[in-house]
Amino acid sequence: MKTRVLIVDDEKEFTEALSERLRIRDYDVTTSLSGEDATEKVKGYNFDVVILDVAMPGMDGIATLHEIKKLKPLTEVIMLTGHATVDSAIQGMKLGAYDYLKKPCETEELLAKINKAFEKKAEHEERIREARVKEIISSPRAALRED
Amino acid sequence: MGFELGILGDAGLQFFGKMTASISHEIKNVLAIINEDAGLLEDLASLAEKGRPLEIERVKVLAGKMKAQIKRGDEIVKWMNRFAHSINEPLQVVDLDEILTLMASLAERPSLMREIALEKEPRRGRVTVRTKPFILENLIWLCLDFAMAGAGGSKTVVLGCEAGENGVRIRIKGLKGLSELRGETFPREEHKALLRAVKGDLAVDTEAGELVLVLPPDAG
Repeated sequence: MKTRVLIVDDEKEFTEALSERLRIRDYDVTTSLSGEDATEKVKGYNFDVVILDVAMPGMDGIATLHEIKKLKPLTEVIMLTGHATVDSAIQGMKLGAYDYLKKPCETEELLAKINKAFEKKAEHEERIREARVKEIISSPRAALRED
Repeated sequence: MGFELGILGDAGLQFFGKMTASISHEIKNVLAIINEDAGLLEDLASLAEKGRPLEIERVKVLAGKMKAQIKRGDEIVKWMNRFAHSINEPLQVVDLDEILTLMASLAERPSLMREIALEKEPRRGRVTVRTKPFILENLIWLCLDFAMAGAGGSKTVVLGCEAGENGVRIRIKGLKGLSELRGETFPREEHKALLRAVKGDLAVDTEAGELVLVLPPDAG
């Protein structure tokens, strides 16, 4: 299965070029130009990794991260910052972002971070599955319980 | 006097820092787009080497996009350069329309982040004053910063200037939410110190929804 990536940045041309480059590399890519739109897309689709710009008009990167983590705690978020300072990105990592990258970023570095973020999510989901299976084996009635 | 200079120095450094941070962010965005467009060209070339036909039209479009971003970056650097040179001479004869154009350009990103459109009225004629350009720019920025908070539902702030009987007037209009800011202290100490430095006066017209900055013909 392809890794499902959401790119969120208010610079349309940036999202267009990066999404095409990721599609060439066989990722399943969706783009969003605002935090509000990204939140709606996250509600409707199970993304593996979100690449999120820190500084956006309206709902900024930190507020968007907060919403994404509330909606889909397992979705991994990589913060993108155009600032020389990385304070906001570090704040994002404290709030649960997987990592951050400074703009303009090296493609190989971005790809490595996306892949590692995906592995982390997949491992986490696997552990949840295993725990669920153990619970069902020890108590078959648990299978009837809704999550 | 020392206290006054301290306020002016602090306000000036904060202003310079805010503007350069905003400019560097814009430049980073431009570089990031060029970086991805150039990377996409590399990707298309690699695919062509592996046998996928290279569409010449795509290459032309990408080259055009990169040139547009270079033009955007050049424009940003031009305003940054003009801003940096405004400190060259403490007292200069300045064209107010040019100062407002510079400030509208520098404040574009901060206003965009607040989802506010910043518009400058077309030039009505040459309006000049002898003043302290950097201090005036600082004052206009602080007024714009306050004005953006007072834009209310209009989401558009308009900048303009005109020659009057007792000097010139800079108007910041379209502030439909000014009345909602009654609890805020404006002008604050730094505004007052900057106003004294350019011998200016500031009026807040809540009814008309505008800030009016009055400057003498000569602040020397």
